[in-house]
Amino acid sequence: MAKKTPAVPSSSLADIAFMLLIFFLVTTTMDTDAGLSRMLPPPVPKEQQSDDMKIKERNVYVVLINKYDQLLVEGEPMNIKDLKEKTKEFIANPADDPELPEKEDKEIPFFGVYPVSKQVISLQNDRGTSYGLYIQVQDELAAAYNELRNELALKKFSKPYDDLDKERQDAIRKIYPQSISEAEPKNYGDR
Amino acid sequence: MGKFREKGGKETPEISTASLPDIVFMLLFFFMVSTTMKEVDLKVQINTPLASEIKKLEKKSLVSYIYIGKPKQKFVKAYGSEPRIQLNDTFAEVKDIPDYIEAERQQRDEKEVPLMTTSLKVDEKTKMGIVTDVKQELRKVSALKINYSTKKAVRQ
Repeated sequence: MAKKTPAVPSSSLADIAFMLLIFFLVTTTMDTDAGLSRMLPPPVPKEQQSDDMKIKERNVYVVLINKYDQLLVEGEPMNIKDLKEKTKEFIANPADDPELPEKEDKEIPFFGVYPVSKQVISLQNDRGTSYGLYIQVQDELAAAYNELRNELALKKFSKPYDDLDKERQDAIRKIYPQSISEAEPKNYGDR
Repeated sequence: MGKFREKGGKETPEISTASLPDIVFMLLFFFMVSTTMKEVDLKVQINTPLASEIKKLEKKSLVSYIYIGKPKQKFVKAYGSEPRIQLNDTFAEVKDIPDYIEAERQQRDEKEVPLMTTSLKVDEKTKMGIVTDVKQELRKVSALKINYSTKKAVRQ
């Protein structure tokens, strides 16, 4: 044993590891992908297309957006800031206004028989509407539902909606089901 | 208290750096595991709109992405400046979407197919026309779960 193999110096190990570390630090994107989840309606068979569902006019909340990004809600121009409050009023119909949606008594767990409003929100947009405004409207409508659910949760269970367990959340969702219907695309004098 | 200040009596011992590589490696492994390399090279400019009522996308492996926006500056010559669709790494037309969804489904387990979500990453300045066309195509192939990708906004 005249010569031993000299030990590999490990002092630069830290440097190498640091280099790798910095590389991963820089390339890492902790992207949290989030957004508005929606279900598209299933495709309609051709022969059924003319057979529109009949829903009473008072139960439908018509939101139109034109190509200049203007809102027309129930025949009246509206500012997007007011959309949430008006929508909440429409969905809940607290004063049982005959112009606003009818209610149907339904058996709901935890609540017993509860008058559930038969509301439907119909959202229609032009091909020229900007996507930004479309999302803003979707967001306002979703916010209206979420606030109503939250208010009901606070009143009934004295807890915010997000902190309830699944069964209670389901019960509240049955009272305020999110029913946003989007019309089949039409062309309104589009050139 | 002179006896504590004896000259050259005691020096602070050097901190041992022998465990430094271990610590660094630990950090390194953490970042290696948590890193997700970008799925695709974006060829379109996307600035998603803001929204507050958002949900996080779960199960990244079940998500397929559709990007819509104006082509980036270097592609303007070849593809023009009108908003275009990008699937995977290439520009595509609306009619290519069914094939794309079918290809995505092939890669997954059969029983996971109903759970698959399509994430629409659309620039906020895009017109709804192209988005509506995409949604119609998705309906035709029954890819009904969609997610409009947005940034988080805080409601006051």
